[in-house]
Amino acid sequence: MIDIQRAGLLTTVQDLGRTRQRAFGVASGGALDPLACAVANRLVGNDRNTATLEITMGTCVMRFTSATLVALTGADCHADLDGTPVWSWWRFPVAKGQTLTLRPSRFGMRTYLAVAGGIDVPETLGSRSTDLNGGFGGFEGRALHDGDRIAIGHPSATARKAEPLGVRPPLWLSDPLAHRVRVLPGPEYDDFTSVTHKSFWENPWQVTPNSNRMGYRLAGPEPLARKKNRMHDLLSHGVLPGVVQVPPSGQPIILLADAQTTGGYPKIGTVITADLWRLGQARLGSTLYFSECTAAEAREALREQLRYLDQIERALAWHDRGILSTPKVAAITRKRT
Amino acid sequence: MTTLKILPLGDSALVCEAGTSPTSANLATQRRVWHVASLARDWPDVREVVPGMNNLTLLFDPLATDIDVLSERLRDAWQTQPAAGEVGRDIEIPVHYGGQHGPDLADVAKHARLQPKTVVQRHTAPEYIVYFLGFQPGFAYLGGLDDSIAAPRRAEPRLSVPAGSVGIGGNQTGIYPLNSPGGWQIIGHATSALFDPAATPPALLAPGDRVRFTIASLDL
Repeated sequence: MIDIQRAGLLTTVQDLGRTRQRAFGVASGGALDPLACAVANRLVGNDRNTATLEITMGTCVMRFTSATLVALTGADCHADLDGTPVWSWWRFPVAKGQTLTLRPSRFGMRTYLAVAGGIDVPETLGSRSTDLNGGFGGFEGRALHDGDRIAIGHPSATARKAEPLGVRPPLWLSDPLAHRVRVLPGPEYDDFTSVTHKSFWENPWQVTPNSNRMGYRLAGPEPLARKKNRMHDLLSHGVLPGVVQVPPSGQPIILLADAQTTGGYPKIGTVITADLWRLGQARLGSTLYFSECTAAEAREALREQLRYLDQIERALAWHDRGILSTPKVAAITRKRT
Repeated sequence: MTTLKILPLGDSALVCEAGTSPTSANLATQRRVWHVASLARDWPDVREVVPGMNNLTLLFDPLATDIDVLSERLRDAWQTQPAAGEVGRDIEIPVHYGGQHGPDLADVAKHARLQPKTVVQRHTAPEYIVYFLGFQPGFAYLGGLDDSIAAPRRAEPRLSVPAGSVGIGGNQTGIYPLNSPGGWQIIGHATSALFDPAATPPALLAPGDRVRFTIASLDL
């Protein structure tokens, strides 16, 4: 069990989300940084899609009532285990009774905590993710509160004897307050004026505090305007995470994992799948820049991301089977210094 | 028959829009949308099929899918004739109209210049068609509201509308499946559960279903 002593701003149970439920109006949900969630799971010997805790902006304290293997990925939140610092993108054993403390992160927005065997909550509609709007899934369909007790799975034999080990995080951005994400022009791109096209690609877009797991409301220097002859509303259509829709205010909204499944606003663009994790790590108040890309570039970026994940999985498998000694793994993993 | 416009939506989805007029929907086109949706659900690379209002969105694996081939398959499916006969089920939804269950019934009646009882009669008269589900888990977009009882949304949306609330918003009517904020005029409360995550399927209604509201009680 994990005793949640301080749940923090927003801590929820998340895996990689629901599939084949959108036609019922059910959002995909799942980790806003699916890459970090998958890596945390692999570090402790779980499948990529096992339930983890998604911790927003750090500030979370929990006590383990049994020994297990834990990994932290995503936003670095200066965690310590009974006072001893532990790294992000590392796995480490936790003894019965130890307390893990996460502090506010300097970079990034969301930290993933995976335990060997996974967070043990019932599966709802094919996933253990929390649907906050629907009030189902995860832990009682809600964010964790102080005092909650969360069941965890049993560590595998490999996990029980695993030694601490870290992996290379995905490429971080040099400026923690500015994120560049790649965007494919949307179906209604041509409905916007040429001045708006320029403004969309060149201006900084601030993530406003009025943002959540459903979407980021952005504020820019000038509203995005449609051509006068394209001002009609659209009939409701399917939308998905990454879609940048433009309501009449002209201030765009980027849809995220918990977004509703259909909408009627025109779509100026869509953030590519490979960059969704960057959105998930963009903090409130930070700035987004949009770069235009092509479908071929989007696919290549996704391939590159899957290669990164495969490389980590292979290295961990070899390491745990004793095929690679730790120094050889160091070429693709990070040693604690 | 209307034409099909296919547009990419990001790297992992296609939107198929029927017809040329984006502001009006019709049932004949929607039947074709349901037909294509039912075919596309079985295609190997397609991950999700989301019917909208006279449109359809397909989600697919971008690394395993040739968009041109998928588009061609969609155009072929659009050309095929849907099977004859109705696709949906007949579903009756009993509603407690007015009183504490329908706090805005009087306002809707005033706006329509009708007696509240007439509003209820006109709301229970038609056979509504479920066009698609969206907005919330289990929320059905229903076609068929009598224009004479259309009513503008509330100036101040309520912070919380109870699950099961039956409302009118503009020329649409529907049932809130979950407790949520809402701006529709609430005229009644349905006793049926619209969404149950433990049920298979989780939603009471499905695209193509025919819905009739019946009077469970009337409090004027």
